[in-house]
Order: sequence, then structure tokens, then C-alpha cells
Amino acid sequence: MTVLQKKSESPIAHLSPEDVELIGIELDAIRQEVLDSRGARDARYIRKVITTQRYLELGSRAVLLASVFPPAWILGTAGLSVAKILENMEIGHNIMHGQWDWMRDPKIHSTTWEWDNASPSEQWKHSHNELHHTYTNVVGKDNDLGYGIMRVDEDQRWHPMYLGQPLWNFVNACFFEYGIAAYDLELGRNLRIPKEKRSEDFKARAKATLKKIRRQMTKDYVVHPALSIPTGSFLPTLAANFTANLVRNLWTHSVIMCGHFPEGVETFEKKSIEGETRGEWYLRQMLGSANISGGAATHMMTGNLSFQIEHHLFPDLPSNRYAEIAPKVRALFDKYDLNYHAAPLPKQVASAWHKIVRLSLPNGWLDDTNAKNAPKQLAKLYKMTTGGPKVRRLIEAADRRARNDARINAA
Amino acid sequence: MTETAVRTSLSRRLVRLAEAATTPLLPADYLDLVAPLRPGADLRARVVSVRPETRDAATLVLKPGADWAGHVPGQYLRIGVDVDGVRQWRAYSLTHGPRRDGHISITVKAVPGGTVSPYLVHETKPGTLVHLEPAAGDFVLPTEARKLLFVTAGSGITPVIGMLRNLFPVTEEGVARPSGKPAHDIVVLHVAPSEPDSIFLADLRALEAAGAIRLVARYDDQHGVLDLADLAGLVPDLAERTTYACGPGGLLDALTEHHESAGLPLFTEQFRPTMIEPGEGGTLHFADGRSVEADGATPLLEVAESAGVLMPSGCRMGVCFGCVLPLKEGAVRDLRNGAITTVDPTTSAAGGVPIQTCINAAAGDCHLAH
Repeated sequence: MTVLQKKSESPIAHLSPEDVELIGIELDAIRQEVLDSRGARDARYIRKVITTQRYLELGSRAVLLASVFPPAWILGTAGLSVAKILENMEIGHNIMHGQWDWMRDPKIHSTTWEWDNASPSEQWKHSHNELHHTYTNVVGKDNDLGYGIMRVDEDQRWHPMYLGQPLWNFVNACFFEYGIAAYDLELGRNLRIPKEKRSEDFKARAKATLKKIRRQMTKDYVVHPALSIPTGSFLPTLAANFTANLVRNLWTHSVIMCGHFPEGVETFEKKSIEGETRGEWYLRQMLGSANISGGAATHMMTGNLSFQIEHHLFPDLPSNRYAEIAPKVRALFDKYDLNYHAAPLPKQVASAWHKIVRLSLPNGWLDDTNAKNAPKQLAKLYKMTTGGPKVRRLIEAADRRARNDARINAA
Repeated sequence: MTETAVRTSLSRRLVRLAEAATTPLLPADYLDLVAPLRPGADLRARVVSVRPETRDAATLVLKPGADWAGHVPGQYLRIGVDVDGVRQWRAYSLTHGPRRDGHISITVKAVPGGTVSPYLVHETKPGTLVHLEPAAGDFVLPTEARKLLFVTAGSGITPVIGMLRNLFPVTEEGVARPSGKPAHDIVVLHVAPSEPDSIFLADLRALEAAGAIRLVARYDDQHGVLDLADLAGLVPDLAERTTYACGPGGLLDALTEHHESAGLPLFTEQFRPTMIEPGEGGTLHFADGRSVEADGATPLLEVAESAGVLMPSGCRMGVCFGCVLPLKEGAVRDLRNGAITTVDPTTSAAGGVPIQTCINAAAGDCHLAH
């Protein structure tokens, strides 16, 4: 894949600037319809989800007080995992987007909500709401594309260190909340700056993050295990809480990977968003997101990020409305002959992982490799990995030529 | 350490433990699920009953939370209710003196086309939780003055009913009068458009029948609109009385003028919020006293920044909610779809209404809490 602007066949070549603005007007109308009908039903929905989540967490933690008994461990861990997922996805993520600010309830408000995650909400809101949602899929601007540590595009030059990319991605998935915290802090960039030159802002934010992590850890790995001591369940509860965090991390990572990473989702170059109109911004969100198809449970557990396209078009509309407007949005895609990217969760996860593996290898390597030429291909990969930049560039150039020749011959 | 000191330090430790166990939420967030009216909770109340008074007015009896500090008859409270999912705040007079069951009541007249009052009168169900602020207001019975005139118009009767019910509880058997010499000599001049619309009329009549008050009822459709020149005729000993008036602004203004020229003591109470009419642009005020002119087409964020005010900001397109600040008072227009948000201190939450400054422009004078 390559940024949309450099593609030989652009998926938006058939759209005139007028078409793009018309798309914007139609999307504004869909948004307005929801705003006009937003009311008591929606308020009841979010309050019910919050209440259910709190009872579920309370109940699960109560069951875990006796987690030394295996059935209690399993039940409590499963319940706590679901509670943590609901809290992060359908509740925290969406409230912090301002989806429920219109209720004017200070307890369910983007300015006051704090979530069950290592990253303080203030910092997450900046990197997610402001950077990711404004610069969606713009290479070099949207750090959600590979979180600054991965090769996400063919145009990024391959380096042997990217061979480890699938492994990092898995480790990042396991400890995703800390990955998010580090990413919100721009830890990599800041740690490269000598200690005495780091900004006051960074130091203050790092302190806030460490405080949040300490409180989160104390809760899950000290207080609740300690409360379980009377039944001899200290270690089982600790393990249960660790497992619930792990499950939540793997799940949220998978869902988020599905949003922008599956094969076929477009990326954009920095220059393309200069002076971007509202219609163009909408179009970028349409092409840069992918949905997960599924039932009500899938939508609830993904925080309705299964409607990633709708969410990116209207990040501040109540999440329970995405399902309602999805058919209208889809019809708009069809009308303008655009690809509405939707597939079931396993397929999207597999697609995203395939892309990560493919890009961890030199361009074209995975596609060119088959059982017959595997030894030769492995030898080439070994040479590229160990041979230094000059060897790499020579091989890359030879590959490009061979692919060009093949294309010309085919034509 | 003394026993109490031990107990406080122990309870403080327990609170800290509970906080450590529930972070990032608070123990209160879980306690609210089961005991929203407990001591220490945010001030709330549960609706006990909704009793219709007339076609378009009703008395709501509320069971306030444990931390309700009580009130003096004649005071009002601010109540926060969710109408169409949106938390709205309004002020209403408390219409009972302190009651033995600890309940409080407000009487609400449904204003045609209103947001909150029709909801309270016609749609509120017993069991509903509402939010409260402590009772407030100086419109309370005097300790010295004994000869009083109450002038009430329409729903302006409500604080006065609160005072009268406290003096003379109306029971099933009639008006209970304290024995001995009556402490007060009271005339109530009640003005309303027509008789059946007059809320609390039955109470007033019962009070009059029991000799507790003298009632002078004036209905526009029967007696014509009240002319204050007739006041001395309706209340001959007007000069000896302290007047308490509650009603719409027009009546209060006229009464103030009348009493000032006659040199008579007057206390007034008006609830009707000064209506904020959205227009184009206005003056943008900041918490530190600075102000700047804002036109109707430039986002408040840009107006403030070009005046050198440091503002929180983010995407500048209404997506990220990084620029949200409370609007304490005023009106703004969402530049994307023209939607108006008006904030009046009497009809919104105490801290104001948070708005996105990057997509809202002034639609009148605006006061930002920043």
C-alpha cells in the first residue's frame, strides 16, 4: 500500500471537487438529524451502560475475594475483563470524546471523566481526540499509524529492525495501556532529549502518568489482592486482575488495529491536507477507516468502534446512534462509488496482522515467496538483513526492475 | 490519643482504602448506585408525589438528601432536572414551612412553551431523582413587622404560601391556628387572570375561612386589570403594613414605584429569568475582568486569542473538545449549524455550561469562566 496521492489508480479520481463538497453537505445533514433527535432515550442508554458496568465490576471483584476457588476465579476474571473493556471502550473513550457533553451532567462529561487506564485522560484526549482524529491516517502527522515504532507503509524505507515488528506489535498488544501512556507522553522522542533539556510540560505530564500508573497498580495488584487475604486468595486475585488487564489490552488493541490498519484502508500524505475543506476532511475519514461487522454484542464490546467509519465522521455523536446512521452512510459510499470497508472481527484482525508481517519484510518479499523459491528468498532476506545499507539498496533496486519487467511483459 | 481521635484517624484510613480500591472512580460513584440520598452525597432529592393544583400547576413533594440543611419559609431552591436528557436548573419557591416528615415541596406552574415547568407539572413521576442546591433567598417573614400585606400575582403566590403554611398549617380538618393572640395581621391581595387558574386558591380560602388572613382576590376577567391607584381602597390600612410582593416584573416595577412615592416599606421577589435574546456578536468577558468585542462570525477562541488571552485549544474544527470552557452567562451560536446555546445563571448549573470555543461565536454578551 502507499499513500493515496501516489497511487497509480486513485480511488477518488472519479470525484469532482463539487462531488466532495456534496458528500460533506449530505454528511452534515445526517449529523444534524441525530442532533435534532438526541434526547432522553440516549441519556437513558449511557446511564444504563455505566450502571451495568459498575455493578459488573463490583460483583466481579466481590467474587474474586474468594478467587482461590477455581470457579470463582474464572467467573470473577471473566466479569472483570468485560467490565474493564466496557469501561475503556463504550464508556471512557466515548465520554472523553464529548459524545455525552450535551447532557450537561458534570459526572458524565469529557472535562471530568477519568478512565481505568494507565494514561491520564487529559493526555489521551490530546493525542487521540486532537491529533489522531484531526490528522487521521496522514503519514507523519497521525502517530496512531504504527505508534511511531512500526513500518506502516511501503514508502517507508525497510530496515532490518522492522523484522521484529510482529513481535513488538504483540508485546504492545499485551501491555497496550502502557503503550498508549508512553505514546501520549511521546516518550520515545522525549527520552532522546538529554534529561536537563526536557520541557517542563513533559516532566509534569510524566509525573501525572506515573501517579496514575501507581494508583492503577495499587488498586489491581495490592488493595484487591490484600482484601482477598482472608480467604487465602491474595495471589489468585492478583493473577485474576493481571489477566483481566491483559484481556482488556489484547482486545482493545485488536479493535483499534481494525479501525485503520486492515489492508485497503487509505493513508494520506502531509501536503494533501493543506487547506483541506470540510468535504475533503470527511472524505479522508471515509477512506481512512474500516468497520467491523457483527452483532449487538460486538458493537457494545468494541465501544461501537466497530462503526469506526461513522465514529471518524462524527466523533462527538452518541455511540448508540452509529448503528442507526450506518445504513445512510453506507448508501452515501455506494452513491459516490467509494469502498465502505467492513468485515467481521477475525477477518479484520487477520488482515491487520498480515499487513504488519508484510511490512516487516522488504517490499514484495512476502508476495514473491512460495514453497519453491523459499530457500532463495530466505538467502536474499539474510543478505539484506546483514549486508548493510548498500547491499539492501542494490537488492531493492534489482527487485523493482524485475517487477517492472514483469508488468511490461504481462501487458 | 483520645478515643475520638483514634476513630477519626481510623475512618480516614478506611476512606483512603476505599478510594484506593475504586480509583479512578470514587467510592461515592458506587454508593450513588444504591444510596443517592445518603449523608455526604451530592445534594439530591427523590420526588415523593406530584399533586395537581390546577390544570397547569402542581405541587411536587420531595424527600431531600440527608445533607439538606433546611430552609426558612419564603426561601427558594434551585432544582436540576433532566429534561429530554439535558440537565436544566430552575429556581422555585419552597411552599411549605419545615415539615415534620422532613419533606419539602415546590409548586410549579407550567409556562406554555417552557422547557422545565411543563415537564415538572405533567411528566414527572414519583421516584424520580432530582438535583438540588441549598435553599436561598431573603424573601422571608420579618421578625418584627406584625401587620403585613402580601401582593401575589399568578405563581408569585408560591413563596407566600410557604410562609402562610408555616404560620397556619392547613390540615385535613382545616387550618390549624396557634392558640392565643394571633401573632400576625395579614392581608393577601392575590391577582390572577381568571379564577380557576389561581393556584392555591383553596388554601387561601381555607385560611380566610379560619380567620387567619383577609383575602382580596382580583381576577382580570371579572374585576379588570389591577390598577395600583385602587390599592388604598382595597387595603385601607395600607400605610401601617409592610408589603411583600411576588410576581411578574411588570407588577413589581409598578408596585416599587407606587410604594417609593408613598414612602412605604416593600420587599419583592421575582424569579422569571431575564430572558437572553440571542443576537449577532457581543462583548466577551473573562473571569479576570478583561473584555473584548466579539463579532457574530468569529469563534470565541479566535476572538480571545487575538486579544492576547491564552486559551486551551485543539483541533479548531469542533472535533476534539480540547477547547471546552464553561460559559457562565450569555449566548453563543454554533457556526457549523447555527444552533444557539443560551446560559442564564438562574437556569443553568452553578458553574455554567461548558461550550466548545472553537466553533461557537458570540450571539450576545458572553461571560467565560476563564
